[in-house]
Amino acid sequence: MSAEQIEIEHVHKVFRGDGQDVIALRDIDFKISQGQFVCLLGPSGCGKSTLLNAIAGFSLATQGEIRVEGKPVRQPGPDRGMVFQEYALFPWMTVAENITFGLKIRKEDPRKMEGKLNSLLKMLKLTDFRDRFPKDLSGGMRQRVAIARVLALDSPIMLMDEPFGALDALTRRSLQDELLKIWSEFKKTIVFVTHSIEESIYLSDRIIVMTYRPGTVKRDVHVDLPRPRNPAATDFNDLKREISQLVMEEQNRFESAQLKGTTGD
Amino acid sequence: MGINWSSALKGIWVPVAVLVVWELVVRLGAVNPQILPAPSAVLIKWYQYLLPYEPYEQFQGSYLRWFFSGELIRDLLASLYRVVVGFLIGAVLALPLGLLMGASPRIYDYLNPVVQVLRPIPPIAFIPLAILWFGLGDPPAVFLISLGAFFPVLMNTIVGVRAVDNIYIRAAQNLGANSRVMFIKVILPAAMPYILSGVRIGIGTGFICMIVAEMIAVNNGLGYRILEAREYFWSDKIIAGMFTIGLLGLAIDTGVSRLNDYLLRWHRGLE
Repeated sequence: MSAEQIEIEHVHKVFRGDGQDVIALRDIDFKISQGQFVCLLGPSGCGKSTLLNAIAGFSLATQGEIRVEGKPVRQPGPDRGMVFQEYALFPWMTVAENITFGLKIRKEDPRKMEGKLNSLLKMLKLTDFRDRFPKDLSGGMRQRVAIARVLALDSPIMLMDEPFGALDALTRRSLQDELLKIWSEFKKTIVFVTHSIEESIYLSDRIIVMTYRPGTVKRDVHVDLPRPRNPAATDFNDLKREISQLVMEEQNRFESAQLKGTTGD
Repeated sequence: MGINWSSALKGIWVPVAVLVVWELVVRLGAVNPQILPAPSAVLIKWYQYLLPYEPYEQFQGSYLRWFFSGELIRDLLASLYRVVVGFLIGAVLALPLGLLMGASPRIYDYLNPVVQVLRPIPPIAFIPLAILWFGLGDPPAVFLISLGAFFPVLMNTIVGVRAVDNIYIRAAQNLGANSRVMFIKVILPAAMPYILSGVRIGIGTGFICMIVAEMIAVNNGLGYRILEAREYFWSDKIIAGMFTIGLLGLAIDTGVSRLNDYLLRWHRGLE
């Protein structure tokens, strides 16, 4: 196995519209090595979710290729567990059923499954909510369940699409910390989409700043700050200022496109 | 689950007033009791209709068997049997078809024109054909009830499947679900709120069809009995029968609604 776990090679993605095609991604080309925590950062419409969906296999690249562990991505699969912004828990299943759904599909041994379930419930502080339905849980709780559901699969890669976007600041911070704990404990590769500059610096080894339409890599930033990181520290804020400038350029392009009505949304 | 006594009490006054006025109007001779019998007369008739002809003392067998030999009970059970069997046949055919039509645009395109042409024909309009095909008795009645239940369940299942949020499909694909698991564990439960509201409408339509079918094709059941009573000018029995039909309808609807609440206990929209 090569150290480069995810290889994104000259990926283009075009959405065919009624009037005119929208180029969502243009010539995206980078590699992610095993165990890296990578954030895709950019304003709305920069194609960061499109790229994540392409890695997940939900919608394939129009041109170019994405390889995971050397194999081209053709369809979604449990080796790339996804955590969605909208949680995407199955509301008709209890917390326990949601977490074990992937294991049952795999026909895992019931005793092993039970053990795994219990340790995940414990790790994510969900033990008391085992038999509740998602409707009874807060947003933060739901996202814990979604994370547990993906962890249950033991997938080497976790894809996260603005998973904490809908949470309040405090819940968000505590989930970020838990995610970092899980990441270092399980040595996962994480690709994390966000539009929060602070979140990207707080979490990741590497930030891919993307341009507004067509989505390209504007800057590939390696974050070398020691962990645990302190958002109030000077070096943290220096980096934040630098990245803000990059992102705001793209945000301004997005806003002027909005004013011209060319966003296509 | 507490009963709200103050609102239950409020609900009593209007029916009581109606009954009193009704009773007085008949007692004072304002209307012919053959046209409109007094509520007390209806109640007495209802009781007679409920009890078997022969008194218990002359009956061989247990009390329960004696009680269930009463005309009203037999009619009630006959009607209930028809509506349940008819509904089940209609729903069991509609559900898989609806799932297929909802999930596959190709199958939808093939079948939708036929559905759209047949659906607006009221099931009642199938009576002549039903009798021609199945003769008299239970078969045409059950056929009509199935037909009445079929289309609401079908249409709601199609809409329900089409309305399944794509995010669930993606999440399940991501967790490795094959198409069979996807159908049974994801699409079916996700569409369940729609399907169950189709079930509720379907059983209501089936209920109407049941009464009509009994008036035409069979010689027992509540629908048959009130039509028969008219021939003897037993208006009290007609009204007693009507109330029985209403109570049966209410009982069925309550049952379906309970089932609904249980199956959708995970659903947000539920109190």
